[in-house]
Amino acid sequence: MNRNHWQPTAEILTLRERAKMLAEVRAFFAERGVMEVDTHCLSHAAVSDPFIDSLEVIYSDHPGGDKHSYYLQSSPEYAMKRLLAADSGPIYQLAKVFRNGEVGRLHNPEFTMLEWYRPRFSAQQLMDEVQALVSVVLGAQHWERLSYRDLFKRFVGVDPHQATIEQLKSLIEPHFECSFTDDRKDTWLELVMSHLIEPKLIEPTLVFDFPASQAGLAELVEDAQGVQVAARFELYAGGMELANGYQELRDPAEQAERLEADDQMRDSLGLPRRPLETRLVSALESGIPACAGVALGFDRLLMIKVGASSIKEVIPFGFERC
Amino acid sequence: MGNVSSGQFKTGMKVMIDGDPCNMVEVEFVKPGKGQAFTRVRLRNLMTGRIWERTFKSNESAETADVMDRDMEYLYSDGEMWHFMEPSTFEQYAADENAVAESAQWLKEGDKVMITLFNDNPIAVTPPNFVELEVTETDPGLKGDTAQGGSKPATLSTGAVVRVPLFINQGEVLKIDTRTGEYVSRA
Repeated sequence: MNRNHWQPTAEILTLRERAKMLAEVRAFFAERGVMEVDTHCLSHAAVSDPFIDSLEVIYSDHPGGDKHSYYLQSSPEYAMKRLLAADSGPIYQLAKVFRNGEVGRLHNPEFTMLEWYRPRFSAQQLMDEVQALVSVVLGAQHWERLSYRDLFKRFVGVDPHQATIEQLKSLIEPHFECSFTDDRKDTWLELVMSHLIEPKLIEPTLVFDFPASQAGLAELVEDAQGVQVAARFELYAGGMELANGYQELRDPAEQAERLEADDQMRDSLGLPRRPLETRLVSALESGIPACAGVALGFDRLLMIKVGASSIKEVIPFGFERC
Repeated sequence: MGNVSSGQFKTGMKVMIDGDPCNMVEVEFVKPGKGQAFTRVRLRNLMTGRIWERTFKSNESAETADVMDRDMEYLYSDGEMWHFMEPSTFEQYAADENAVAESAQWLKEGDKVMITLFNDNPIAVTPPNFVELEVTETDPGLKGDTAQGGSKPATLSTGAVVRVPLFINQGEVLKIDTRTGEYVSRA
């Protein structure tokens, strides 16, 4: 091990900005009557999302005893929705979350997620609040707000809901060689989004009405053109994805189906299958208020604030020194 | 040689792409929060020099290429091949015109250079960043002309032609930056 590796990957000056931002976030929510919560990191169940790999942790009753698998949360979403079902009212959390295999300029396997839920808010109202919070941190900016369809039309000239896989491929090929095949249209949409559009979204841009196939845990709605879309939004800024929000799905049967569908997809893609969070289904059965929720990458927001090019510059000890 | 999965790609890694050894100039992990992971790689074909970008899915892999960089001493050119020696083993390697390419104009006998070997054959020659070469031909120096003013061409002992300040004379030894091909100073 290199003798200099005791040193932090972030400048102390940056960590002062980090501390200031934590205080600003807490003040923002205190003023708005949103309660801070800190739910568990370790859970019996893992996230169902096929493309998020949870870190598995071994628990034993005593050293050398029987081993039980637990999972580190990839987001506090399930736990916070269980609190909403228990009538918590509006809540937020600054959570440490964990994602296996995600290391890069914009990724650290452990990072800080700012997640909050607003009963009786629509997705549009929550977007207003995201804009208000980000403006507290970054100051006044020029903001854009447009649908996923309009975003694609503006940057690549196609309607993402109508485009075929072949069309999407032909958008990518002049810029990036891809030798793999994939018959999931979402893979190609994600490629266009992450390779061709996202790097150009420097000013804060809120994108809403995602394809229904990328709903996550958002409700499905019909857009003005009669196309079924997900009531999901994302915030992009500084050429990266910053936040993901939903008009939250509340139908327990639909929730159970989506967990099952994710599990099936994991099976078909040869990905590890993990215990599903069925307690979320039970919580929805008991009833949660109509609400919107959003998760924002705290570290990435700080990157924009201080002008960092890599996430490790804003985390005291990045992955290679943790 | 083994296979390496896209999650393990790193800058500087050498892999086989479509039958040619390639260097990973830049590797970026790209992952939408809710979507598939991709690895975006800027590649340089070590045989042709072509640079392009390729995106790999998380389950893709590539065959590692038997490519290594070795420090060697430049011995001589016989007009067809350029000959180099590994100083520790005295092992000699001969590189052809394709491998030496543009670097030929900076090679001075006895200088240390970096040789890139693919399956133990030289495929690229990288001269030191700075070399010191003698001026064999240039217009006479202008007295009194210092750092200011124009420039003129000068032919160096290796045959390279560089732009030099007007005060430089034939027979002087100059320091040249091989990456830009520009005059730096008198040696």
